[in-house]
Amino acid sequence: MATLAAVELRGLTRRYGERVALAEVTVALEPGQTLAVLGPNGAGKTTLLRLLATLLRPHAGVARVLGHALPEESWAVRGRIGLLGHEPLLYRELSARENLAFHAALHGVGAGAAERLLAAVGMERRADEPLRTLSRGMVQRVAVCRALLHDPELLLLDEPRANLDPAASELVEPLLGRSSGRTRVIVSHDPAGVLAEADLVLGLVRGRVALLAPAAEVDGAALRELYR
Amino acid sequence: MSALRDGADERLETPAAAALRAPPTMRSVVGALLRKELRVELRTFESVPAMSLFSVTTYVLFHFGLQKDTVTGSLASGVLWVTLLFASVLGINRLFVADAEQGGFDGFLLSPADRSALLLAKALALFIYLLALELVAVPAFALLLLGSSLAAAMPGLLVVLALGNLGVAAIGTLVGALAVRTRARDLLGPLLSLPLLVPVVIGCALATTPLFAVPAGGLPLRWLLTLGLYDLVFAVIAFALFDFLLED
Repeated sequence: MATLAAVELRGLTRRYGERVALAEVTVALEPGQTLAVLGPNGAGKTTLLRLLATLLRPHAGVARVLGHALPEESWAVRGRIGLLGHEPLLYRELSARENLAFHAALHGVGAGAAERLLAAVGMERRADEPLRTLSRGMVQRVAVCRALLHDPELLLLDEPRANLDPAASELVEPLLGRSSGRTRVIVSHDPAGVLAEADLVLGLVRGRVALLAPAAEVDGAALRELYR
Repeated sequence: MSALRDGADERLETPAAAALRAPPTMRSVVGALLRKELRVELRTFESVPAMSLFSVTTYVLFHFGLQKDTVTGSLASGVLWVTLLFASVLGINRLFVADAEQGGFDGFLLSPADRSALLLAKALALFIYLLALELVAVPAFALLLLGSSLAAAMPGLLVVLALGNLGVAAIGTLVGALAVRTRARDLLGPLLSLPLLVPVVIGCALATTPLFAVPAGGLPLRWLLTLGLYDLVFAVIAFALFDFLLED
């Protein structure tokens, strides 16, 4: 059986008013592969993630995610995507356990998944405290649980290890790392770190594709050019 | 659990559990959203106490401003409903703030849940806030201003309050969702909701006037039907437009 691309973008364009945030981005990612999205601030990386997450609509071009066209078939991919962005998407007044129970209900998932994930990220002992009383790193660990609660096929990660100490990074590695077996799109400002776990590198500059190459072929000179 | 497993699989050739999972039912999603809503309100006390305090303060001001110990009939009805209307605007303005500021909208939109569940849960939450407001505001109004018997008016008043609350909940949820995604949400909320709520206040005030008259009269059926129809129309409009307000 032929394998469909997990992510297929052709001429994808997105504007905010007059400003072009993404211009004619074309890239394809096979299931199980990892795409590293690099580029300076304001390059359109977060916009790309939000488009793939169905939170933004493309203004031109073709976007297919998990075999479905966006935005027409967004309903078919919601619930199959896990987004871990700058914001944890959690309520500060609720505890980790309450937040995850809430998201589990939105996804039609049983409460057992939340308990297993809380244990996996080492948060079960602080799971009943309001999020506003937890450190940023702990909130990020809960956000990891939230993003994985519904067992997504595609992970969209924006600086996923932000605020995590080395021990916490190690805890989330089996969940977010290559060994999770999930298709991943990772936005990072740590090119050296993300290249080690990527199959494909997409470099964006002012919304345009400045670099698209297998990770193994990307060298220091190409990266320096990207951030010049 | 696959979230903890090792090793890749061919996800698009063998659809994963997420693809096969049935979408959550409307009832379970509305229940989860409403529980979350009430829990956050009980922990922050951002809406109901402000609405209640505003209404009691306003009745105190009317008590001294009108230079009357008691009011009856249309004046009593007008004072009660205009105050409840302004107090409800405070709740409408706060209805979606936690979702907008803490990423609740995105969290909800990333799920496969029916978008109408958010409308229903928010409208139910606003309806409950209004009930809580009226538990404080109506006795305060009776104590400070009402010249006729509240006990005698209560059965009819409960019907009018229920119809009024339905209208405010439908219009308030629609306007709250629209305003919260703009920069001027504190201004836009009242500017949009007050004109739309004028017919609700007119209907409620006219339906309540005979209840506060001396001697008290019965409920005017014509105004109850008008209120019911207005509620229904706005419930349908809110249902039809809500998805578009949430999308990019």
